[in-house]
Amino acid sequence: MTTEPDTNVAYEELSCQELVELVTEYFEGALSARDAARFEQHVAACEPCVIYVEQLRDTITALGELPAESIDPAARDELLNAFRDWKSSR
Amino acid sequence: MHRRRPHRSLVEHRADQVHPPSEAPPPASPDERRLVEALRAGDERAFAELIDRHGASMTRLAMSFVPSRAVAEEVVQETWLAVLQGIDRFEARSSLKTWVFRILVNRAKTRGVRERRSVPFASLGPELDHDEPSVDPSRFLPADHQFPHHWNVFDGLGPRRFEHDPEHRLLDGEAMERLRDAIETLPARQREVIRLRDVEGWDSAEVRNALAISETNQRVLLHRARSKVRAALEEYFDETRAA
Repeated sequence: MTTEPDTNVAYEELSCQELVELVTEYFEGALSARDAARFEQHVAACEPCVIYVEQLRDTITALGELPAESIDPAARDELLNAFRDWKSSR
Repeated sequence: MHRRRPHRSLVEHRADQVHPPSEAPPPASPDERRLVEALRAGDERAFAELIDRHGASMTRLAMSFVPSRAVAEEVVQETWLAVLQGIDRFEARSSLKTWVFRILVNRAKTRGVRERRSVPFASLGPELDHDEPSVDPSRFLPADHQFPHHWNVFDGLGPRRFEHDPEHRLLDGEAMERLRDAIETLPARQREVIRLRDVEGWDSAEVRNALAISETNQRVLLHRARSKVRAALEEYFDETRAA
């Protein structure tokens, strides 16, 4: 027995409206082998869904490019003071 | 319009996106072990390194549970004191980051409940209760159409590529502003999950452990957040295309 999906089998087709709800599960590897195969089969034949999936990848890439925030300097000073108090009380 | 086109990159990309289904928290990295040792020895530079790394993110997260930045900063300070007081007992079997954020979340929840302004992550309430479609349903063809529930490309309602110069970043300054706004307007739980996962680059297990939420809840929150941010970027690209 194998868990590998047989990609030659035509599974019941996903609609685009169903596919857009599965993209995160697909990215996370959380779909069953069967559902992942249905996902891939749909995308292989559907240009708008290719674009939709690309848009989501672009979104994730853009989120990763947001600059990191830095800690508020006054809060940082307070924390360093708290550290010194802790250290001297050890 | 539904042209057949093999899309290799989609399949290839998948392998790096898969996270192992581990329930155990990730262990401390060598870098974290070094910091733990340095903290035990009272090394202030190590402490500064840690607060520079996590402080802003901790304040953000605490703010999603408590009514003000001032209270959030108090919670962050209490958290670091608890970390320092517990550092001798800390076991590197779990990640330092996860441990610190778990303390933070516990304290922020307690404080939030006391201030009666916040709903703990465990009871997600309306953020998970009802279905929110990822894409406006009117962009799909109706059930009685020849292509039911497929993109309505006949009326030009299908998605379009986010066109950008491949030599440069996807988003310019204005687009980055829009992206930030889109995150800020998300419901608190969705906002924190997408921030930790996609802005800060945490993996799924780290987020689940720190926030004490299930894999499914984490994924649903992330999906809703990403879908809304995608829609905001789409709006931006449509506007710039029209201009």
